[in-house]
This record gives sequence, C-alpha cells and structure tokens, in this order.
Amino acid sequence: MLTIRVIPCLDVRDGRVVKGVQFQGLRDAGSPWELGAAYEAQGADELVILDVSATPQGRENQVDTVQKVRALLSIPLTVGGGVRRADDAGRLLDAGADKVGINTAAVHNPQIITDIAERYGRQCTVVAIDAARVEGGWEVVVLSGKERPGLDAVAWAREAAERGAGEILLTSWDRDGTRSGYDLELIAAVAAAVGVPIIASGGAAHPDHLLEALRAGADAVLAASIFHDGDYTVGEVKRLLAQGGLEVRL
Amino acid sequence: MSAAEVVIARTGVANIASVVAAFERLGAAVRLVDTPEAIKDAEFVVFPGVGSFGAGMHNLRESGLADALFTRIHEERATLAICLGQQLLFEESDESPGIRGLGLLPGRVTRFPNAVRVPQFGWNAVEPGEGCRFLEPGYAYFANSYRVTQLVHGWSGAFSDHGGPFVAAMERGPVLTCQFHPELSGAWGHRLLERWLKG
Repeated sequence: MLTIRVIPCLDVRDGRVVKGVQFQGLRDAGSPWELGAAYEAQGADELVILDVSATPQGRENQVDTVQKVRALLSIPLTVGGGVRRADDAGRLLDAGADKVGINTAAVHNPQIITDIAERYGRQCTVVAIDAARVEGGWEVVVLSGKERPGLDAVAWAREAAERGAGEILLTSWDRDGTRSGYDLELIAAVAAAVGVPIIASGGAAHPDHLLEALRAGADAVLAASIFHDGDYTVGEVKRLLAQGGLEVRL
Repeated sequence: MSAAEVVIARTGVANIASVVAAFERLGAAVRLVDTPEAIKDAEFVVFPGVGSFGAGMHNLRESGLADALFTRIHEERATLAICLGQQLLFEESDESPGIRGLGLLPGRVTRFPNAVRVPQFGWNAVEPGEGCRFLEPGYAYFANSYRVTQLVHGWSGAFSDHGGPFVAAMERGPVLTCQFHPELSGAWGHRLLERWLKG
C-alpha cells in the first residue's frame, strides 16, 4: 500500500531559511541543507524548498542551494519559486531537484505546464495552487495575493492535471499562517476533481490537522511551522498518524 | 566502500542528479557516458529513466545504447535499470502504443487502474520474494503511472501494491531492475545500492 507523505517545507531567500527554525541540535538553523538533512533523519518523506528570492543574485544562490541539499538528501526534493519557463525548470532539475513547482507562471501561461511535462516528464511537474474562499467555492490567487485572475480553483486544478501536472500542491490562502487547520472542504473538492495526487498545505499547527487533511482526501501534507517551531518532530507526527489508522512509512 | 566506478548512461532528458548524488554518497567514482563503447566495458552501469516509453526507446536506439543495454543484461553483467529503465526492457507499453521496447523480457507494461491515484507518487511497501539477494523488505519511493504485474520466469523479484500487486523490482545475478527510485528511497535505498555494488 502506498503510504501518506509528510513533507516539511523550507522557505528560502538568498540561500538562507527565512522562517525561524527553533529545534535543537543544529549548528546553523538558517542552512537549508543542514535543516533538510535533519528533517530526513526525522523521517520526512520528501522535502519542499520554496525559494522566495527576488534578486538575480538570489537566483544564482538557488542553484547552489539545490546542489548542496541534493548532495546530502536521499529523499525527493521539490523546488518552487521563480519558475517562469521550461528552461528554469531544467536548471533546477539539473541542479538536483526531482520536481519543480510552478504557480503564477502556470496561471499566466498554462502552456508552461505542458512544456515542462513534455520535456522533463509529468513526474517532475508540480502545479502549486493558492486558493481563497469565495461565495460558492474557491478562486485562484497569484503573485502572493496581489492578483486574482478570476479562476475557479477546482476547475484550474482539473485543467492543470489535464495539461500535464503530475501532482497538485494545494494551499489554502485563507488558512495559511493561521494555525487553524487545513481547509478540508477545499481538499475534498479538489481530490474529487482530479486523479493526480494532492499535497495539502496551509494552516497546520497540530498533528490532528494533518490527520484531518489526509482523511479529507489529501495524499500528502505539507507543513512548516509545526516542525520549525520544534513542537513536534516529523517522526512524532508520523507515529500519531499511524495510530490514527493511516498507512505510514515509519 | 572502495571507489567502484559507476557509469551512468545519459539516456536523454532524464534528470540524473539524484542518481549521481546517491552513488557519490556511497563513495563511488561516477562517470556519465553516452556511447555504447563506454557501456560495454564498464564494471557497473546504471540506466536511469524518466520520461515516456516512446521517447526513451527513441533515445536508446538513436544513441546505440539499446544494443549495449540488451547485451549487458543478456550476459548478466552488473547493470541497474531504474523506473522507465525497467519498463524499456519489456516488449511494449500502454504509454506508447505501437512502439517496440527492447523486448529483452516478455510482457507488456500497463497503466495503473483509475481507481487509484495516478501517477503513483510516494513510498510503497516492497516485499521481496524467493531468491532475492539485493532486495529486502522496506519502503521505496515510486513516481510512475505504468508498471508490469507479472514477474518474468527466471528472475527473482519484489512486489508492491497500488490498485493490485505489481512488480516493484527484479533481480537476476548482478542485474537489478527497479520500478522505484533507489536513489530517492532514503537509507533503505542507500543500502540497496550498496549491496548491488558489493555484488
């Protein structure tokens, strides 16, 4: 049986982890590769790096960061942030990413999904969707919330999968950072609409939140602060999920 | 681990950084090659594979690597085929109807049923059958939409389940073929590659 996946996410800017990481035993809590290795040792099933660098120098650091993380990690690595065209994806895959996340660029130019899937394979094409609740459903939010192009999030997920996305990284714009749990209705709606796996994101603060999201239909759960704050290790969370009756790699 | 030389075949667009990194962590000297000659003489050869069955076969035939791969496995020399690399050994695939595979092994590669998530992304339990020397029970990381469901006569193998049992890996002498990605399968995958290098 395929297991559920628990995926820590590191926000990186200019080669440094930007959200504070509190847990003990790290020489350098700002180093993406040291943190990534620590999470792998705890039992992380994959690692996601979201690179929020905005400068050209930051972009160069991005490749360096991916190479260093890859050298240490023997679990899958997804990298998102700043992918505008298929060549950007190729650069990250060459550096050692196994999958690339595309978000804003996919909404502005959906052809990029097909381009990346055809050139590098569906298995490395992850479409990230930020979804905000509106009357009767959810709409897609891009450019860190600055733009709402008027797309229905569930329909967009379906289109992304048809265009070649191998996986959907689904973030609740309303719940992200609130520590109030994932948007379970959003997860269930997208899980019913597409056949590809879904990684749920946004709002996790307690292992029960992860359990609820997986029961709602997510195949994997992404979380940041629950692990960064040192409240729970990945291993502790996974043992709780196993006790909850889910298939878990322990 | 001594500095075994591992030759990784450049089979086209496959991103091979993870495979390179995995063997470097094992202390191997890794060389990337794209000619049949370099593959014939190497002690250890890895055929990574992502992308589609049709494109993969096209690349293998264009580069002349198809015959070299066929010969190595036929002669039972240390060869590791990963993911699409395993699928290409068979006769044909649902993914690219009408395209002939290497045909080294009998059978057709078929798609997972729609009742389960496709692609299969993630960690699945691997259960080795009789005669496996390299494969041990554990969890391996998969990223695939297609698979074979029948073990080939004369090979040992391991099964996993995603909408029904499928062949997770096969081995025969020093030849190891994996539907999963050993290079992404954590400490379990690391030890599997280590055993393969030790022979």
